[in-house]
Amino acid sequence: MDLQGQIIQYLATGLTLGSIYAMVGLGFTIIYNATGIINLAQGEFVMFGGLIMVFFTTTLGLPLFLSFFITLALTTGIGMLYERLFIHHPSKTAPLMTLLIITVAVSIFFRGIAMFIWGKEPYSLPHFSSPEPIIIGGAAILPQVFWILGLSLLAVILMNIFFNRTITGKAMSACAVNRVAASLVGIDVSKMVLLSFALSATLGALAGASITPIALMEYDRGPMLALKGFCAAVLGGLGFGTGAVVAGFLLGLIESFTTGFISSAFKEATALIILILVLFIKPSGIFGSAEVGKIKKI
Amino acid sequence: MGKNNYLKLLVMAAIIAVVPLIVSGDYHLSILVFMGINCMVVVGLSLLMGYAGQISLGHAAFFGIGAYSTGILTTQFGLSIYAAFLCGILFSSLVAVIIGIPALRLQGHYLAIATLGIGEIIYIIFNEMVGLTGGPSGLSNIPAFHVGGYPFSHSIQYYYLVWGALLVILWFSLNLIHSRVGRALKAMHGSEVAAGAMGINLSAYKIQIFVLSAIYASIAGSIYAHFVSFIAPNNFAFMNSIMFLMMGVVGGLHNIWGAVMGASLMTFLPEYLRVFKEFDILIYGAILLAILLFMPEGFLEGIPMLYRKYFKRGEA
Repeated sequence: MDLQGQIIQYLATGLTLGSIYAMVGLGFTIIYNATGIINLAQGEFVMFGGLIMVFFTTTLGLPLFLSFFITLALTTGIGMLYERLFIHHPSKTAPLMTLLIITVAVSIFFRGIAMFIWGKEPYSLPHFSSPEPIIIGGAAILPQVFWILGLSLLAVILMNIFFNRTITGKAMSACAVNRVAASLVGIDVSKMVLLSFALSATLGALAGASITPIALMEYDRGPMLALKGFCAAVLGGLGFGTGAVVAGFLLGLIESFTTGFISSAFKEATALIILILVLFIKPSGIFGSAEVGKIKKI
Repeated sequence: MGKNNYLKLLVMAAIIAVVPLIVSGDYHLSILVFMGINCMVVVGLSLLMGYAGQISLGHAAFFGIGAYSTGILTTQFGLSIYAAFLCGILFSSLVAVIIGIPALRLQGHYLAIATLGIGEIIYIIFNEMVGLTGGPSGLSNIPAFHVGGYPFSHSIQYYYLVWGALLVILWFSLNLIHSRVGRALKAMHGSEVAAGAMGINLSAYKIQIFVLSAIYASIAGSIYAHFVSFIAPNNFAFMNSIMFLMMGVVGGLHNIWGAVMGASLMTFLPEYLRVFKEFDILIYGAILLAILLFMPEGFLEGIPMLYRKYFKRGEA
C-alpha cells in the first residue's frame, strides 16, 4: 500500500474509532450537564447496545433494521430505569462523590447482568450492508465504516437541533446553566434528568450496535470505552457537547495515526499525554471558552 | 489526637493480636493480608478525599509504582529490600508532585482527571516496557520480605507486618488530622475562600496530602509485591483505582476509621462471593448498590443511622 493509501486507511480507522468516542463523550456531557454527575456506566450502554442487537438479530433472527430500533428503545429504557432506581432518590441527599461511586456500582452490576446473560465470549453481528471492502484511493474501507460515520453524524445533528431548536432541549440546557433558576421558571428538573439518561443511553446503544459488526462486543468492554469517552468529554471542555464530539474524533485520529506511524503500544498513551498537557495548559479544554469550561466541583 | 482515637488504636491492636488465634489456614490469612494492604491505600485516599476534598482516579498507579519498584530493583538490580522500598516511595512522591503541583493549583476536579490520565499512562508503561517489567505476562520471582536475613515465608508473618504498618500509618494520620495541617484542611473544607483569607496556603496543603496518600499507596504496593511474589499490570489498572475509591466511599469519607471498615468489607466480600460462581459480579454489584443507596454517608455512619431510623422510631 502506498503512502496515500495508508493515510486514507488510517483516516478511516481514526474516524470510526473517533465517532464511537464522540458518541460516548457526548453521552457523558449530556448527563453531566443535567446533573453534574460523571456517569462511569456510560460504556455499559454501548455494551448493551451491541449485545442486545446480537440477541435480536442472531439469536431471534429478526431483520437488521427492526432489531436496530428495538435495541435503541430497550437500551434507552435501561438508561431510564437506571436513573429512576439508582440516581433519582439518592441525588436529593447524597454528595456528588457518592453518586459517582453509585455509577461505578451500577456499571459493575450491569456487567454482572451481561455476563450472566451472554457469558464472557465476544459476539459478532452481520454488517449492515455488504461486508466487501470498497477500494478508495488505494485503501480498503468497509461499508460499515460509512454506516458508523453516517449514524453518528446524524445523531450529532439531531442532538444539536434538539438542544437549540426545541423547547424541551432548551429547557435541558437551562438546567445545565442553573438548576435552581430552571426549576423557578417552571422546568421540571427531575424530568430533564431522566431525559438526559435516556438520551445518553440511546447514543451509547447507537454506538454499540454500529461498531459490533467490525469490532465485536463482549460483557466487559464498557470501562475502556468510558475512559476514552471521558477523555473526549474533558478535552472538549466538560459540559460542551460539540467540543466532546470534535475531541472524540481527534482522539480517534490520534490513536489511529500513532498506531500506523509510530507504534500500537503507545496509541493510548499519546491520547492521554495530550489530555494531561491540555489540562495543564488550557484547563477549560481545547474548545472551551473560560465561561463554558468552568468546571463544576465534584 | 484525642483519647478516643488512642483507645480505638489500642482496641484495633488487640483485635489484630487476637484474630490469628481464631483464623487459621493460609487462604484466610492471605485475605487478611490483602485487607490490610487495601486499608493502607484507602486510608491515604480518605485523607485526600475527606480532608483535602480531592479525588484521585489513579491510585492503583501509585500502588503499582511501589510494587514494580521493589519488584524490579530487587530482582534485576540486586538492591536490598529496604532500599527498594525507599526508591518506590521516592518515585511515587515524585510522580505525585509532578502532577499534583499543576493540578492542585486549580480549583475543581482537575486532580481527578490528571490522576486518571497519569494512572493510565503508568499502566501502559507497565505493559510496554517489557525489558524491565516483563510486560503483560508480569514480573515473577520477587523475593520474600525479610528482616535481617530472616525471610518471611508464612502468611502470618505478613499479616503482622501489614497490620503493624497499618497501625503506624493510622497513628501518623490521626496525629496529622489533629495537627496544624489537619485544622487547616478542616477550615478549607468549610470554606476555601475563608481559609485562604486566613492565610492558609491551600494548594501547598493539598499537595502535601496528595503526596502522602501516594506514599501510603506505594508502601502498600511494595508489601504486596513481596507477599505475592508475582505482579502483572492488570493488578494496577483503572478499575483497581476505582475499587480503592469505592472502598473509601463505602466505609465513609468523613472518618479515617471508615476507610478501614470499607476496605476490609470490600476485600472480604468478593472472596466469599466466589461460591456463587458466575453470579458473583452480579451479586457484588447489587450489594454495593444497596450499601450506597441506603447508606450514602458510608458504612460507619450508615449503620447507626439505619438503626436509629428503624428501631428507635418511637423515641424520636
